[in-house]
Amino acid sequence: MTMQGFAYIVVFFLILLALTKPLGLFMAHVFEGRRTYLHPILRPLEVLVYKFCGIRETSEQRWTQYSASVIAFSLVSFLFVYAIQRLQGFLPLNPMHFSTGRAPGYATPMTPDLAFNTAVSFVTNTNWQAYGGEQTLSYFVQMAALTVQNFLSAAAGIAVLIALIRGFVRKETNTIGNFWVDATRATVYVLLPLALVFALFLCFRGVPQTLKSYQQAATLEGKTQTIAMGPVAGQESIKMLGTNGGGFFNANSAHPYENPTPLTNFLEVLSLIIIASGLTYTFGKMVGDTRQGWALFSAMAFLFFVGVFICYHSEHAGNPILARLGVDTAATATQPGGNMEGKDVRLGIPGSALFATATTDASCGAVNSMHDSYTPLGGFIPMFNLQTDEVIFGGVGSGLYGMLLYAIVGVFIAGLMVGRTPEYLGKKIEQKEVKMAMVAVIATAFSILVFAAICAVVPFAKNGYWNPPGPAIANLGNPGAHGFSELLYTFSSASENNGSAFSGININTPWYNLTTALAMLIGRFGFILPTLAIAGSLACKKKVPTTSGTLPTHGALFVGLLVGVVVVIGALTFFPALSLGPLVEHFFMHEGKLISAIIIRTVGV
Amino acid sequence: MPTTTSTPPPHLDDLMTLVPKKMVRARPLFDPHLMWRATRESFVKLNPLTLLKNPVIFVVEVGATLTSAFMIRDIFMGRPDISFSLQISLWLWFTVLFANFAEAMAEARGKAQADTLRKAKTDSMARRVVSPGKTEIVSASKLCAQDVVICEVGDIIPGDGEVIEGIATVDESVITGESAPVIRESGGDRSAVTGGTKVLSDQIRVRITSNPGETFLDRMIALVEGAERQKTPNEIALNILIAGMTLIFLLAVVTLQPFAVYAVNSAHAGTVPSVAVLVSLLVCLIPTTIGGLLSAIGIAGMDRVMQDNVLAMSGKAVEASGDVNTLLLDKTGTITLGNRQAVEFLPVEGVTGADLADAAQLASLADETPEGRSIVVLAKKEYSLRGREVSEHEAHFIPFSAYTRMSGVDIDGRALRKGATDAIIQFVSEKGGSIPANFIELSDGISRTGGTPLAVADGHRVLGIVHLKDIVKGGMKERLQQLRAMGIRSVMITGDNPLTAAAIANEAGVDDFLAQATPKDKMDYIKKEQAEGRLVAMTGDGTNDAPALAQADVGVAMNTGTMAAKEAGNMVDLDSNPTKLIEIVAIGKQLLITRGALTTFSILNDVSKYFAIIPAMFAATYPELNKLNIMHLHSPQSAVLAAVIFNALIIIALVPLALRGVRYKPQSAAAMLRRNLWIYGLGGFIAPFPCIYLIDRLLGLLHLA
Repeated sequence: MTMQGFAYIVVFFLILLALTKPLGLFMAHVFEGRRTYLHPILRPLEVLVYKFCGIRETSEQRWTQYSASVIAFSLVSFLFVYAIQRLQGFLPLNPMHFSTGRAPGYATPMTPDLAFNTAVSFVTNTNWQAYGGEQTLSYFVQMAALTVQNFLSAAAGIAVLIALIRGFVRKETNTIGNFWVDATRATVYVLLPLALVFALFLCFRGVPQTLKSYQQAATLEGKTQTIAMGPVAGQESIKMLGTNGGGFFNANSAHPYENPTPLTNFLEVLSLIIIASGLTYTFGKMVGDTRQGWALFSAMAFLFFVGVFICYHSEHAGNPILARLGVDTAATATQPGGNMEGKDVRLGIPGSALFATATTDASCGAVNSMHDSYTPLGGFIPMFNLQTDEVIFGGVGSGLYGMLLYAIVGVFIAGLMVGRTPEYLGKKIEQKEVKMAMVAVIATAFSILVFAAICAVVPFAKNGYWNPPGPAIANLGNPGAHGFSELLYTFSSASENNGSAFSGININTPWYNLTTALAMLIGRFGFILPTLAIAGSLACKKKVPTTSGTLPTHGALFVGLLVGVVVVIGALTFFPALSLGPLVEHFFMHEGKLISAIIIRTVGV
Repeated sequence: MPTTTSTPPPHLDDLMTLVPKKMVRARPLFDPHLMWRATRESFVKLNPLTLLKNPVIFVVEVGATLTSAFMIRDIFMGRPDISFSLQISLWLWFTVLFANFAEAMAEARGKAQADTLRKAKTDSMARRVVSPGKTEIVSASKLCAQDVVICEVGDIIPGDGEVIEGIATVDESVITGESAPVIRESGGDRSAVTGGTKVLSDQIRVRITSNPGETFLDRMIALVEGAERQKTPNEIALNILIAGMTLIFLLAVVTLQPFAVYAVNSAHAGTVPSVAVLVSLLVCLIPTTIGGLLSAIGIAGMDRVMQDNVLAMSGKAVEASGDVNTLLLDKTGTITLGNRQAVEFLPVEGVTGADLADAAQLASLADETPEGRSIVVLAKKEYSLRGREVSEHEAHFIPFSAYTRMSGVDIDGRALRKGATDAIIQFVSEKGGSIPANFIELSDGISRTGGTPLAVADGHRVLGIVHLKDIVKGGMKERLQQLRAMGIRSVMITGDNPLTAAAIANEAGVDDFLAQATPKDKMDYIKKEQAEGRLVAMTGDGTNDAPALAQADVGVAMNTGTMAAKEAGNMVDLDSNPTKLIEIVAIGKQLLITRGALTTFSILNDVSKYFAIIPAMFAATYPELNKLNIMHLHSPQSAVLAAVIFNALIIIALVPLALRGVRYKPQSAAAMLRRNLWIYGLGGFIAPFPCIYLIDRLLGLLHLA
């Protein structure tokens, strides 16, 4: 690690810390229905939405109604996105004529399975992309379908979190708020203003926002190059803020039109984590004890630091095999050193490692470097972040409700050790809460492991419909343990609604489009429904007064406990799988061995 | 053995109750007879249908069956080396047996207790009253509720009932384990008798209150035998958690097989792990320790409550006592010694102390209440006034009545009265006397310090005041302090006026008090606390306590109390010791702590097992993974075997802890959590490493693997 790189990460964290309280406080006011300084401008818009959609602002929902609303909302969104993609050839704003007879030669056809995968992906806030944006989608689809979903799926995540918080706050009632109101407020007061400001800033730094068609340019070699562009800035800002991660371009935030400068890079990382971080304060504020929010923040911050430093250190240390071959991998004034494969020199190792860690801490999934090219340990961090259910700040809303589910499990075990029926924030943690928290944890573990296991062995005929390359492992970009990491990462990313990829794998086949879409659905709703059930159950309960016999959940002890629960459950579930992927790869690398179709034991030194 | 009908001196009796009489029927942890019984029982419990209710151990059994089946197949197919799979199968079966043994051991202890009780249930004969003056002899088992029986010296009381006539001393040692006889009399709060107990003196008429098979003794037997054991809410929740963990590990291990297929194919080396190895990994990972010990912990918790001579009607009640926030304690007999004692004579101006003492003593001679006797004793002590034989004089005793609120004696033409200050003022005024100047002052002075003023008058003359004082039990303050550390608020319930109550509350160090409490006040207080989310525990004995006992989350009825009170509460204290509630709370907490501690221990054990088994599994495919073999286990087979053996043995090793419960010391939640996390969290993480290492060496020495 260089001093500069270290300072880069610390400064990043300090700015995040400084923004957490003001943003969190603002959001607490929004969701408690209080007036904020944005109300004079945005309240009319909010009211307009209610009027237009026929939402009664004061009506309340039980957890079942709330869940039904989330599902209905997602279903309608899904149908809308699917239809627009399939019909893009007949719709306006399609300057490159995708899905028509005049489509360019490089265009990817919008098949039903690809449209299905993409629709599920954007509705579940995953933004897994089995396509390359600039080769597949019209501007209309990018704007009306995908960008809109970037707002709405993020708002739905925030709404679910707010409902869970209400479960803790309220007592002896069976309602947990109104989904439509929560989602509207999240969009109007939180996501829209931030996205607008950030989009303008991105334009200012050179990100295009245009409806013009792709440009032809003559290269120095005298050839022509097609330069893709479009309404990028508008989508880019919400892609980060809403932890969506679906890039306008295939290269995502590694593309200079998405992420032109080190400054935009810094701000993009910040923007993907800022709302989730602020929500910890919102949580503390709403439950009436900000220390509770800071405790969760601290647990997240601790895990964040551990992850980012392992990743950065590992990338900075580089590949010992190359070093043994006499390649100079040390950092000097003229070269960044370390493992620069798959990283952009504009952004460097700290900027890439920070981005990779943060995008998988959060459920963002945008990438500015290729995780597939990371060192085994450097790539292990993003993968493990996914497998611990993205609770290190996490997706907007989803990260914190995931963390709260872990807190429930932790409090249940530890709470017993203080000799009382476990309580969290004055609510007893009983059968139903434990059951639902376990359902959520199992749902994602099931989805990751079972789909990856099936893919590891399932045979397909070559050039068949389901998977033209042949058996499912034929799609992997690398053989051996690294190929396995790609597979495991794919389903971890899909199941956890992250959307980033160990990019070596090619998944645009009906088989992968379908299985990953299924994994995304299980991961999204397998987590949201138990969360809402817990919210409903908690809201019905009395509030137990705090005494010295109550397990304190705001101190260092609790933070340590929470970190322990997250790491232990994640590690115990995925250790066998990880040992066959990044771990063994790591040992290989340090023994100077390479993995290929036939293992070449030791490369000549 | 005393046969008189007088109660023993009050303070001695009360002091005795401070000494915990627990372990009256305590058993050694490993009674050989019980061990044998439990061993047999562990084989019976192999029945998969009964194991189904314990998902973790059931999975182990399925795994053991699977491994055994594959081993048998190997034998028939003539595979040469079955030593490994044989050993794995055996140890998997041991794992199931050990878990069964833990449960059986706990049950055997309960059953042994039930057998003792059953001996008391000899079929005695009863004298049933057929019509006034006419009785018949029937078998006790034929008695129904509402039958009236007569019991005399030496009779076994044939069933639970209520004394409706007479007074007797009764030996209740079969139920309570306490050899001192107790008084049972008609009316009041000491009227309940229990079937199986023995009348030692006098004759009583008893109205039977229970039908055959539903007596207290029957219920008690059923309870300790575990026949009525239902899982408690926390136990169910914990079961869900460990079943969930089991499912997660099932996923991790089942999917490892295809992952291994991929690894073996791409590395072109090694073989896919065998079923025996995969099952071993699964069994090592699923929380078998807590799964095997969970029900034993519950049963043992109930057993510990029994050993404290408390009969809990359900495990739920014991568990709830760990959650109690508010403890309602009756002042009399719990916080203070049973009764007020005279501590000082305060004569008014113009009267000597000796005169006052003399009058007070005379007025109290026929007063059998502890207060009355304490006046006689104090007069003797301070003024050497001996208790006189009242029969020498022409004396007419005036008993206390709620109407006059006075008692006394008319003797030799004097009308001596003692009673409440205002009652005496009224009495003297009616006789035309005047009230001395400092009388009210004296009276108020006593009230202010929490004492009770007892005014004494001789006809129209006010003589002075006897200072009656509540004596707070020794050690009470410290115990209440401990409760506070545990986050439990103590509330004193008293019939005294607020001033007196405040003074005693202050002296004893309770957090709150309820003065001039009527049964309704108590009830309202409980409801108020519950509405604020608190759990309330209380003790009670009288019939008028019954509604409050039923309302409280933990209601402990005194065994000396009425049947109504016993029915209403969810526990009965056979020692009738109101401070027992504090011990019950501790047991309830200990029960939960033991579960949490063993769960943490069990889950953290898994880390070491991964380090043992994963490198062993892929030793041939990925020799590089041997870097994970940080214990340096000498061979892959030995590594797997050592982990499985450790996993089985740890269950047996922790049986004593499960039965005894982890050490519990009243302290704040944070301190307690820190301590338990260090011991069971860090311990669970570290302990297996050296153990597995040692087992591995041992296996090597014995050439077993």
